[in-house]
Amino acid sequence: MLRLLLAGDQNADRVVPPSGYTARLTTFTAGAMAFLAVFALALSLATGRLADRWSAELARTATVRISAPDGQMAAQSAAVLRVLETTPGITSARVLSDEEQRKLLEPWFGPDLPVETLPIPRLIEVIEDASGPDIDGLRLRLSAEAPGAVFDDHTRWRRPLVDAATRLRLLAGFSIALIAVSTGAMITLAANAALSANATVISVLRLVGARDTYIARAFVRRFTLRAFAGAAVGTLAALLGVALLPSAADEGAFLTGLGFRGWHWVLPLLIPPLAGIVAFWSTRMAAFRTLRGLT
Amino acid sequence: MIELANAAYSYGGGDILTELNLRLAPGSFHFLTGPSGSGKTTLLRLCYMQLLPSAGNVRIFDTDVRAMSRDQVATTRRRIGIVHQDCQFLDHLSVAENIALPLNVSDRDANAEIDNMNELLSWVGLSGQANSLPPHLSGGERQRAALARAVIMSPDVIIADEPTGNVDWEMALRLLKLLVELNKMGKTILIATHDLNLIRNAKSQISARVLRIHNRRLQLAGADL
Repeated sequence: MLRLLLAGDQNADRVVPPSGYTARLTTFTAGAMAFLAVFALALSLATGRLADRWSAELARTATVRISAPDGQMAAQSAAVLRVLETTPGITSARVLSDEEQRKLLEPWFGPDLPVETLPIPRLIEVIEDASGPDIDGLRLRLSAEAPGAVFDDHTRWRRPLVDAATRLRLLAGFSIALIAVSTGAMITLAANAALSANATVISVLRLVGARDTYIARAFVRRFTLRAFAGAAVGTLAALLGVALLPSAADEGAFLTGLGFRGWHWVLPLLIPPLAGIVAFWSTRMAAFRTLRGLT
Repeated sequence: MIELANAAYSYGGGDILTELNLRLAPGSFHFLTGPSGSGKTTLLRLCYMQLLPSAGNVRIFDTDVRAMSRDQVATTRRRIGIVHQDCQFLDHLSVAENIALPLNVSDRDANAEIDNMNELLSWVGLSGQANSLPPHLSGGERQRAALARAVIMSPDVIIADEPTGNVDWEMALRLLKLLVELNKMGKTILIATHDLNLIRNAKSQISARVLRIHNRRLQLAGADL
């Protein structure tokens, strides 16, 4: 079938007159849909990466925040570290330096914030092992040893972020499916228009002994190749657009991370053949449905 | 070859044709007459499976048309040459390509049969118009091209619906001559026409049966013809 599709039948192709607007409509639709599909795919992959990264980076980290008067800060920090070092499920714990805390606050307060002179809570970074600590037990021990310490396992804000990224990924996947279905619907409409416009041609072909497959083939090949060509142009244009997007910053900001990484660049190349397959089946079904109505 | 047994055709609740009994024997020549709207075209369409009988049986080449698949209908039509009054060409193809259409749709190589094509074009007097487009042909040339297309597959039966309806008398006689020649080659011919002069002229050359549709039924026409 694929060989027949690619090689074509010069005579079968000739029997259907070259059509005007349906040809352009099919090519344009396939191109536009492929363009959108590439961006939906890029969005899907980017949100997937984001969700994975947030999950991985945050899943095994926690923070202990100590708010205490100046005179007790060092003692409570030491007490917290002792508790953490003796807690099963915790790999390491360390007090963030003033420089690290300054960097954390820099997006809000700008550089050169005199953190050492401000009553800012002390932060302790905790790295958990695969099993993780008994959170409730740890909180009880911390409250006993260091009343100003608050254990934050990041779950509170990690889960909504990961959920949002996962849902965005699902939406992008749904958009791709919707684009495929819309492409099929539009190509079906264009094929039906072409079949109606060529009703006389079809009638003559049936009268001289043409089988349905012969007649359908003339339309199917034409629409499949148009959809493939349109989608190829749309995909290339979109890939160029994605390639020209600013590269991902170190901070991994979401918008600058929109694009393809590594072998993911191959995935958009599947869009033109998929558009061809959608066009093939859409046109074939439309053609046989029309032909079944004729004697 | 084509046999109708008590066949009838109804449309919209009313009978258009009823109690049709007809047997086209190999090599026979039949005319079908009747006033406009009597059902001549409907009868012909029953004979080439464009319509199915609403009652009775139509058998073509010993097969009941109701038992045929769509592919069987297509392949059976290759054994029946059909000439319409309006010819029905594909206007974007040349005359030669239109004539070769039955070869192409049956996956036969038209280029391999170029000699047959040239002979056929010469036979119908269209050698000079092979590369013309159908809209550029006169009425008579179109009918001859349609006849050439109908016979290119060397069919067993030729069915023509008012083939001389749009041409002058001289051209009508020329077309009749071609159809008589085909009959002499052994082809079965069925022609629907209301031109009684054409029928009389044909009967002077060959033995032809004349059928008439009267009151929705098929009758053998009287000796007045």
